[in-house]
Amino acid sequence: MNEIIKLDAIRRDFTVGSETVHALRGVSFSIAEGEFVTIMGTSGSGKSTLLNILGCLDVPSSGEYLLDGVSVRTMGPNDRATLRNRKIGFVFQSYNLLPKTTAVENVELPLLYNRGFSARQRREKAVTALEAVGLGNRLNHRSNQMSGGQQQRVAIARALVNDPVILLADEATGNLDTRTSFEILTLFQRLHAEGRTIIFVTHNPEIAQFSSRNIVLRDGRIIEDKINGDIASARSVLESMPKED
Amino acid sequence: MNYKNLIQIALRALANNKMRGFLTMLGIIIGVSSVIVMMTLGASQKESIRSDIGSMGTNMIIIHPYSENRGGVRQSAADMQTLKMYDYQSLVRDCKYTARLSPVFTSSAQAIYGNNNTPTVAYGVEAGYLDIRNYTVGRGSMFTDNDIKRASKVCVVGQTVVDKLFTKGEDPLGMVIRFGSIPFRIIGVLSPKGYDSGGNDQDNLIITPYTTVQKRILAINYIPTIFASALSEEYTDQAVAEISEILQINHRIAIGETNDFEVFSMQEMLNTLNSVMNTLTAVLSCVAGISLLVGGIGIMNIMYVSVTERTREIGLRMSIGAKGRHIMLQFLIESIIISVTGGIIGVVFGFILSWLGLWAMGWPFSIQLFPIVLSFAVCTVTGVFFGWYPARKAARLNPIDAIRFE
Repeated sequence: MNEIIKLDAIRRDFTVGSETVHALRGVSFSIAEGEFVTIMGTSGSGKSTLLNILGCLDVPSSGEYLLDGVSVRTMGPNDRATLRNRKIGFVFQSYNLLPKTTAVENVELPLLYNRGFSARQRREKAVTALEAVGLGNRLNHRSNQMSGGQQQRVAIARALVNDPVILLADEATGNLDTRTSFEILTLFQRLHAEGRTIIFVTHNPEIAQFSSRNIVLRDGRIIEDKINGDIASARSVLESMPKED
Repeated sequence: MNYKNLIQIALRALANNKMRGFLTMLGIIIGVSSVIVMMTLGASQKESIRSDIGSMGTNMIIIHPYSENRGGVRQSAADMQTLKMYDYQSLVRDCKYTARLSPVFTSSAQAIYGNNNTPTVAYGVEAGYLDIRNYTVGRGSMFTDNDIKRASKVCVVGQTVVDKLFTKGEDPLGMVIRFGSIPFRIIGVLSPKGYDSGGNDQDNLIITPYTTVQKRILAINYIPTIFASALSEEYTDQAVAEISEILQINHRIAIGETNDFEVFSMQEMLNTLNSVMNTLTAVLSCVAGISLLVGGIGIMNIMYVSVTERTREIGLRMSIGAKGRHIMLQFLIESIIISVTGGIIGVVFGFILSWLGLWAMGWPFSIQLFPIVLSFAVCTVTGVFFGWYPARKAARLNPIDAIRFE
């Protein structure tokens, strides 16, 4: 299997005042193409720091990080910005859509920072991505006219529009009610089934059962890394829930 | 990343905050339009003074005897007798930069016709005097060289004299009026010229051959004043120099000695007035410029607030691949769009205001290119200058902190 992510002895230290905080104390793992990995941990476990490093927003203090075969540690901020633009799709807890902006324009956004696309190609790709998340009929709805679930779908479409090698979700269901959470999880599972590689960072232990692999962090170290042989279906949970109008 | 995309991004961001954008622009609009109004009004006033002086003849030159001190008392220039007919004749013969020359003899007296009389001034001149002073004969004709030779008792009268002496509808042409004790036959009437900027009635005069006034009224052999006109306004300085030189030779005045005559041109007066007007316009424009500066600071303020307010948006843009440079350019372009759009509206608004103002005051209106160019340059510079600091602040945000900013 093709390795998308390879972490080797990643350490990340922060200096707060005169003290040094060790957020990550030597983390190593690899993620292969097509995996759906949940990274769990309580607050202070280092999962946010790990997410920042995986997302190329931050660089490790020591250790090696290869994203799709490229070494990230020595890259400058501009090269990492380009790398994020081409290889990573972010989904945030609070959606982070542009206010008062239509779904299509929000989804187009990553392509605006890529010279390679004409205005028509941008729109075509944005429409395709929105159709893929089931919002083909809400292309020109503005972000403030949509429900939380719909906004998160737009955010997922935005993460998919540049065909990233990895989809990074940060508490992507944290702001949603249970039913909508399962709808979004169903969507992630479908994307996984279509071959997408997904990393889902969360503090909610329930979500682990829907992923193919679960990594647990505590105090900057991995304490558990388990392949899930029995993946639960978010769709069947959703169907077993009482229907609402 | 190309500029087209950045401009599109900036336009979308501005479109999300139309009211704020407009309020920010308002400062620039007011600043630019007041600069335009001040400069247009200044230019128009200058033009109006210029045309006032122009109606007297911008290329007019006046030659006086120099009033010297006699026994400690400065004498009136009119009492000096240094300008002679010989001087006038050599000026006519030798001057290359003058179009017209005319001796001027004046005499004040009552003009009388029938039961009516009015105080007026007789100007004894050459026919060329009309051109020098921008007078035209409206009806009838000017006297001829023959009239000058014979010191004929004919005259061309101003409209005021006609109005005072004749009843409405009566034809003055061919009538004989009395000026003091001498009868003059009216052969022409001048087109009315109105008042000059000093408030003098330019139509209260009668014009006669100079020989008539010189010999029949004043009985003098010197010339009190000579009027001349330069070939055009640009030649005025050369004409003044040439006249001085000829008179210096005639009067045998050595270099370094004081001239016994004086040569004035309207150009000097015009220059003085122009410089006064320029100073006034500059001061007013500075005041208007200050409001433009305040408008610029308004832009900086709003952009600064906007950076803080949009921290999450900046964080998002960075996390999906925007470089610091892109963020900086986006904010710079936003502030330039605000200031240049404000500038365009301000220019249009300023011209409408000054057109209305000038129309109300009856001054001539003309669109000046310079204030437009200046305002545009200032607007763009304002946008860049005042947008730069907030834009840099935005570009230096750390995406990790920005994306989770509450």
